[in-house]
Amino acid sequence: MGRQRPIRNSYDGDIMSELKGTGQQTADAPTPEDAFHEAAALDARETDSQSSGRNGGPVLAADGTPLKRSLSRALRRQKLRALALIAPLLIFVLFSFIIPIGSMLFRSVENGFVEQTLPLTVAELKNWDAESDTLPDEALYQAFVTDMVAAVEAKEHTKLGSRLNYEQTGLSSLFRQTGRKIKKIDPETDGPFKDKLIDIDDKWGELETWRTIKTHSVRYTNGYFLNAIDMQRTAEGAVAQPENKRILITLFMRTLFMSLVITTSCILLGYPVAWILANLPARSANMLMILVLLPFWTSLLVRTSAWKVMLQQQGVINEVLVWLGIVPDDARLVLINNQLGTIIAMTHILLPFMILPMYSVMQTIQPTYLRAAKSMGATNWTAFWRVYFPQSVPGIGAGSILVFILSIGYYITPEIVGGTKGVFISNRIAYHISSSLNWGLAAALGTILLAVVLILYWAYDKIVGIDNVKLG
Amino acid sequence: MAALTPISRKPLSLVLPTIAAAGAFLGLFVGTANGSGFLGVVIGAALIAFMGFVYIALLKNETLSKWISILGFATLGFVFAGVPGVVLGALSGWFYHWFTYWLYEGRYRAKLLPYLTSRQVLWFYSFRVICGAIFVFLITPILVVMPLSFNAENFFTFTPEMLRFDPAGYSLKHYVDFFTNSEWQRSFKNSLIIAPIATIISVSLGTLAAIGLSQSHVPGRRAIMAVMISPMIVPLIISATGMFFFYSDIGNWLEGTLGLPKNFVGYVKVILAHSVLGIPFVIITVTATLVGFDRSLTRAAANMGADPVTTFFKVQMPLILPGVISGALFAFITSFDEVVVVLFVGSAGQKTLPWQMFTGLREQISPTILAVATILVAISILLLTTVELLRRRSERMRGMSPS
Repeated sequence: MGRQRPIRNSYDGDIMSELKGTGQQTADAPTPEDAFHEAAALDARETDSQSSGRNGGPVLAADGTPLKRSLSRALRRQKLRALALIAPLLIFVLFSFIIPIGSMLFRSVENGFVEQTLPLTVAELKNWDAESDTLPDEALYQAFVTDMVAAVEAKEHTKLGSRLNYEQTGLSSLFRQTGRKIKKIDPETDGPFKDKLIDIDDKWGELETWRTIKTHSVRYTNGYFLNAIDMQRTAEGAVAQPENKRILITLFMRTLFMSLVITTSCILLGYPVAWILANLPARSANMLMILVLLPFWTSLLVRTSAWKVMLQQQGVINEVLVWLGIVPDDARLVLINNQLGTIIAMTHILLPFMILPMYSVMQTIQPTYLRAAKSMGATNWTAFWRVYFPQSVPGIGAGSILVFILSIGYYITPEIVGGTKGVFISNRIAYHISSSLNWGLAAALGTILLAVVLILYWAYDKIVGIDNVKLG
Repeated sequence: MAALTPISRKPLSLVLPTIAAAGAFLGLFVGTANGSGFLGVVIGAALIAFMGFVYIALLKNETLSKWISILGFATLGFVFAGVPGVVLGALSGWFYHWFTYWLYEGRYRAKLLPYLTSRQVLWFYSFRVICGAIFVFLITPILVVMPLSFNAENFFTFTPEMLRFDPAGYSLKHYVDFFTNSEWQRSFKNSLIIAPIATIISVSLGTLAAIGLSQSHVPGRRAIMAVMISPMIVPLIISATGMFFFYSDIGNWLEGTLGLPKNFVGYVKVILAHSVLGIPFVIITVTATLVGFDRSLTRAAANMGADPVTTFFKVQMPLILPGVISGALFAFITSFDEVVVVLFVGSAGQKTLPWQMFTGLREQISPTILAVATILVAISILLLTTVELLRRRSERMRGMSPS
């Protein structure tokens, strides 16, 4: 799990209760806490006595300072010590995790590159009306040539080309070719430039090119987010992408749908197992628990490769079915490189994350309730559905949110067993990072995914509480 | 109570049809494998029913009939499918014999409450069978990998030789490949460098912070906790994306401004990234252990003149050690298993074992992956055992009875 091994709610009932009490003192011995309560009491008494004018003067500590002040100093010191212990880790996490995430969020709107590379052009473009049907005037062309020559010298023009190419196909080669030829032009003397540029490439005489540059020359853009939801930023505002480029909404929907399917199948498979683990005698339950924990502890890559071995056309499942004669040899089941493969493998991989929270909840349900229900005449089904099931709902909730959060951001397993039909939005993010290099779009997609996960996380915190997350 | 349930022999009219149905089920498989499913069903049902009748009505000797069925079925298995058939045959012979007597003697009720209706008994056992199937689903993929890693061919599947238990079908060549191939060895070495260092960082910082968090007056505890747990909640792909942008800037700065060697910077980036991912696990396990920690012990130590550092190492540390170690194991396995972040943050020089497996699965399919997988399963069994032992020890130390 990779890390996809994160949380494991305790399968051990009595440990489960532990984290609930974080922060409370468990020892019976007198604690500093008592002193603080006492201080509060003293405080009250003090104001009391002052108002009534009896006894005069505050209670003093051994060294002569008022007890109240001395105690609050002790409290302050304790707080500082706790913070000093926490600080190194907090700084470390902030630096190496929170800031990177923040930089990703920033990158999803940041677009300074165009303005940086073409500063004069961008300034001139402000005077040009993109709605008008006339080409920009000579001043803009001159500014552009000046910028371009500087960019070519700094070797930035190809990067700019590929940045703008995300928005309008063909601009990458336009910038590359123009860059090659523009070296011959001297921006000081060789004017006028308008016709020369159009000579180099007809595209410089097209309104569309300039409109694209103007639209994407703003420093902070919503363009990546619009792209992430299959729209694009144009001079006329946000419009939908052409039909053949709309894939991301479909991918988001598929990610959500498949995560739901995986969560549901985890509930269906996990519930009986959790029930039997919680209701067997401890010894046999522990033995069976090994069967749940072993997959949990096994490397994600191992489990994924195992599923590849199982599911492929010449794989174990197909071989067995063919051997038994259930499936003819020439019509082997297609179990891999599609959605089915992803769902099977991920259900298996995430099942322990469903079983363990359910188990720890079910362990706390008194078996006597069921017996009481039955003794009062409930049928087996009524007793289960009206008495047992409602009590186990928190476990289902905890497990479901956990599995859903995990599956929505899964990358490795869909990549290996998903083919093209069974991939998630995370695979698209990885594609934009490593292949298409459209990092802004990758960041925007990541931001949307992060927002979804944070909402779920908030729900998890409300329902279960972060403090109740429990390992081992 | 349950043991007192009286059991009685069941009539043949119940036993024979049931075992005939079970026999038909086996016959279906054998039949389809040999041409005619229908014939298989009929023969299977008749055979098992006849067998049951002979055992119950004529032979009346359980031990003798057990050996007859095991040997008989093994022979049948050999006739139909050769050596693997012997194993399957012997197993099914044992099973059908056991099943026949289990039904006939009424043993299936022995451990159940006496007042259950027969439908409840049926549901009880069907539920067990369903659960058993789910357990099989959970464990099979892991078990299948192991024998396949001894494959003599470069296939990802069982060869006929393997199924015949022919020694020629098995070999250690994939293991040899793993231990001699420089690429695999380098990635293994990288994993062994990165994971322990990342673990040490997350354990030392995490333990301190957990101790700080468990004090009674921490301003903003919830917010701090949320920040520290966040690497576990944020999907890896998002962490990886964020780290990719940020660490490449940091890396450029380290290389460019400080002039550090590229390889070293690569390791630093991956190790930092992995130690962040391990921190939530350390925080969670250590806070859990600290909740059960008796605070009066540290006060007693202070009372007797120990300074805070001595108190920590001599009193607190030994008591919370089990929690710290299991947190460390979680952090280690997180880093050792991690592939998404290292894929984005690391460069080819930091290729870890999971990364190598990932490329292997995507590009050149080599059964060496299965050998590595088997080794990793062995490691995870080791880790699982350690964590379990530590958990018990920790419970004993806190005076609970370990389950």
